[in-house]
Amino acid sequence: MERSFVAKNPSVLVFLTILSLFALGVTVLSEGFGIGVISTSFVKTLGKTLCLCLIAVAMDLVWGFTGILSLGHFAFFGLGGYMIGMWLMYERTRLIVVESLSQADIPPTPAEVVDAIGTQIFGVVGSSEFPLIWAFSHSLTLQLILVVVVPGLLALIFGWLAFRSRVTGVYLSILTQAMTLALALYLFQNDSGLRGNNGLSGLQNLPGVTVSQDVVSLWFLWASALALGLGYMLAAWIVSGKFGSVLRGIRDNEARVRFLGYSVEAYKLAVFTLTACIAAIAGALYYPQAGIINPEEMAPIASIYLAVWVAIGGRGRLYGAVIGAAFVSLLSTWFTGGQAPDIPLGFYTIKWVDWWQVLLGVSFVLVTLFAPQGIGGLFDLYTNQRHPDRHGANLGPDEGALREKEASL
Amino acid sequence: MLRLFLAGLAILFACLNANAQEGGLQPILQDHQEIIVKSSRKTIKPAIDALAASGLPQAQVMLETWVAKDMWMRKSDGLFFAGTKADGRLYQLTDFDTGEVVGTFEKSDLKQLKPNSGVRAMIGTALVQFQLTDPDRKKRLAALKSIQRDPEGALLEPLRASIEDEPDVELKAQKQRLERLLTIGYDEDIAARVAAIEEMSNDLGVDVRAALNPLVATSRKTAADLPSDVNVAIILEPGSEALSRDDAYHLLVASDLAAPHVLPDDIRLALAANIDGGRVGGIPVAQLNNNTARRQAYNTLAEAGLVPALVTEADIDTALGAHVFFETYAEPSIEVTAAAEKALKRIELKVGLNQTLDLTLDAVSLASIYFLAAIGLAITFGVMGVINMAHGEFIMMGAYTGYVVQQYVPDHTVSIIVAIPMAFAVTFAMGVAMERLVIRWLYARPLETLLATFGISIALQQLAKNIFGTQARPLTAPGWLDGAWVMNDVVSISYIRIAIFVLALIFLGLFLYIMKRTRLGLEMRAVTQNPRMAGSMGINPGRVNMLTFGLGSGIAGIAGVAIGLFAKVTSDLGNDYIVQSFMTVVVGGVGNIWGALAGAGMIGFLQKGIEWMNPSNTLAAQTYMIIFIIIFIQFRPRGIIALKGRAAGD
Repeated sequence: MERSFVAKNPSVLVFLTILSLFALGVTVLSEGFGIGVISTSFVKTLGKTLCLCLIAVAMDLVWGFTGILSLGHFAFFGLGGYMIGMWLMYERTRLIVVESLSQADIPPTPAEVVDAIGTQIFGVVGSSEFPLIWAFSHSLTLQLILVVVVPGLLALIFGWLAFRSRVTGVYLSILTQAMTLALALYLFQNDSGLRGNNGLSGLQNLPGVTVSQDVVSLWFLWASALALGLGYMLAAWIVSGKFGSVLRGIRDNEARVRFLGYSVEAYKLAVFTLTACIAAIAGALYYPQAGIINPEEMAPIASIYLAVWVAIGGRGRLYGAVIGAAFVSLLSTWFTGGQAPDIPLGFYTIKWVDWWQVLLGVSFVLVTLFAPQGIGGLFDLYTNQRHPDRHGANLGPDEGALREKEASL
Repeated sequence: MLRLFLAGLAILFACLNANAQEGGLQPILQDHQEIIVKSSRKTIKPAIDALAASGLPQAQVMLETWVAKDMWMRKSDGLFFAGTKADGRLYQLTDFDTGEVVGTFEKSDLKQLKPNSGVRAMIGTALVQFQLTDPDRKKRLAALKSIQRDPEGALLEPLRASIEDEPDVELKAQKQRLERLLTIGYDEDIAARVAAIEEMSNDLGVDVRAALNPLVATSRKTAADLPSDVNVAIILEPGSEALSRDDAYHLLVASDLAAPHVLPDDIRLALAANIDGGRVGGIPVAQLNNNTARRQAYNTLAEAGLVPALVTEADIDTALGAHVFFETYAEPSIEVTAAAEKALKRIELKVGLNQTLDLTLDAVSLASIYFLAAIGLAITFGVMGVINMAHGEFIMMGAYTGYVVQQYVPDHTVSIIVAIPMAFAVTFAMGVAMERLVIRWLYARPLETLLATFGISIALQQLAKNIFGTQARPLTAPGWLDGAWVMNDVVSISYIRIAIFVLALIFLGLFLYIMKRTRLGLEMRAVTQNPRMAGSMGINPGRVNMLTFGLGSGIAGIAGVAIGLFAKVTSDLGNDYIVQSFMTVVVGGVGNIWGALAGAGMIGFLQKGIEWMNPSNTLAAQTYMIIFIIIFIQFRPRGIIALKGRAAGD
């Protein structure tokens, strides 16, 4: 008899339980519905962290399981944010404009309303016309579809071009990084149609919603938790099946999988596009909580940090990605927020605001060198699974062969 | 007969001149006493003209005194003197003609003349003719500069007169050139102007174009019939590409030949002004939220005569049909405008060619910067296959080393000479340390090398920020690198860029020498091709890898010094170059210095070319360039110069 999906993946159940308990706990402690121990801004931070965990899951799927080190997933994340931001900004401005125009003697024509919205939104970049890419911004449904479609399409085209020409390894990483840079530079221009380096702002105010941010922040926390739960289940389902086995095969030896008759390019393209869509959904949930999105967010460095989170958490296991993203991003908030105590050394005081990045960089090098399994590796210690130490030169003719230290164990 | 008459005239003038000289300046000043005291721009002209025409040498001093507000009038007899302040309220007066001190007087007995700025400008013009023949070279140069700044027809004669006796060759050439330019704009003889235009039509100078452009400047006009007394450039057809129907109609409105369009805003305001009991023109206000209803209501109002009628398409057609649209030159002479158009075309072609040359030079210099930034990477990434994300930070460290050296060695030339080996030493040591501590454990895992070196990169960046702060630090180039090599008004290139180009060439040579002619290069190539075999031959692969990595890092440090000379040295300096450097190596082809050269050349030329097509937007240029590279990789995945056979490795 086939065992059920949950039975095969007990970690999914554990994860979902922890996630729901976490969401429940935050709700109870929040200002919106609970006893007010956790401030609204911290609820938002937690909600944003959940979104980052979701994109980390996507990154783990594409890097940890398929071996494609994409340095471009934050571009998809940002695009998702832009897509939802367009509707939020349009709709909120429309409400304000309609309100102010209704004071006039003559009722406004629809064209006048649109013009006034355009002036409001694009005045900052010296324009008042709606660019073509805002064509669907009046409709929430269409923009929600675009959240998935636009980054998905970009990933599909880019992935098709890249995988088709068999760009692999570090070349692919550099190429994805270049794509992110090109996108960020493009969006930095004022005539890109997305307000240049001003970005989209005021996204935290949901149009037509009058309840306070205390409550809205919780809605987003729940939505983020739900998305993370669903995304985690989807990822777990993918990697546990035959599809997942092929993905791992591609990671470990791409040529061998190809010779076995699998269309490696199609698998890679599918997983690349799927993770881009997941990243975009994460972004669409993240930026309304952050309140502002600008091209700076999509700089290549952000995508590299994403790789850092997943590596520290432990790639190749989904909970590792979640742990890494949550741990590093929360720690980073704690250190850079100035809450960490300074360390006086007598001759010099270590201010963590200045030294956090150094610590992060160095600890990242140490993790890469000495703990390739990341934080997730600690669970293996608990369950007594030992990984062979694969340092040293190859003994055999190819990469799959035993290595020196392994053999001497 | 005519000759006789002219001779007579000349004698008459000479006599007049002699008379004037006998009388000196004072009589002329007295003739115009009233307007000089009044000192108004509108009336002062005869006085200044008379003074300038007197040809007296002392007139220059007098005019200068006047401009400097040092001319005083004695109230008792109305005579003018140069005044200097003596003790207390006393002023010492000097006669203009004799130069003798007349005496000291109370301020209350005197009236100071304070010409306003308009008058001063006119005096300045009059002064120019004296200054053009001034014995002091500086003053003559200043006079030429002032003519260049604001040319005027009145200056043409004095300028011509001064060319003959100009002793300085350089100034003489300048004067002749200026004379030609003034002739183009202001000579009364049309043939002389056309000749001057043709003469200057080979010149690339901005001033020539500045002299020619006003001649061909046109303005759009409209009238019922084409006037005969204007120099028409072109007759425009409304609705054509050059003149849209809207523009034509606007022109008519602007010339008061047609009724203005009633804009949607005007309609709204007119409707709002005519609300009558909740209705406008019989339509309830609440229904006026679309254009059809608004127009209907407006037409009702127009029929009642309350507002001007809407302009219909038929009205526009009639109005456009009844008028002719044309562009006229401000310059009345057809010959001059035709010659100027022709000359400008020739100049434009020449300017275009020179701009292409200038662009090429720019592109070469950009390519050499990229090459310099990428050459270290061509060694570490290209030869060893190690991806070093901290490469940009090595460039930054080199630049900061240069900055620190300049803090201790004040002489810029010496400091740069010291900084280059220092930067090499620092980054070499750093590279060797990094290779020993981190990279050698990760040779089998390239993706993890990428991440580990990225960790080092963020740590180094933050360290630099902690040590040097966030503001940009200057790395000053030595004085002899300031300025630019100017070939003509269009083509120029700064010496720093030439120096960087030379440096890039030196490094290319150095790299080739090390790789092909030294023991280290041989060992390097051996280790990259087959480390085990190299090991069997007695080469220590670990040591060679270490040295190779150190060499690549050291060259990055020197590139940092060069880049720091023209870019601001900040802690994220490396970020600006890292992606471009990788692109250069990837596009060019890995494992080959010629590939890096070709890649840098392609990226440099491409970026400049795109910038030229869209000059206002360097961001767009970078975006399109990266997109182009992504597409390029499709067709040549192994770069422009791909290694073939066994050397390709896989």
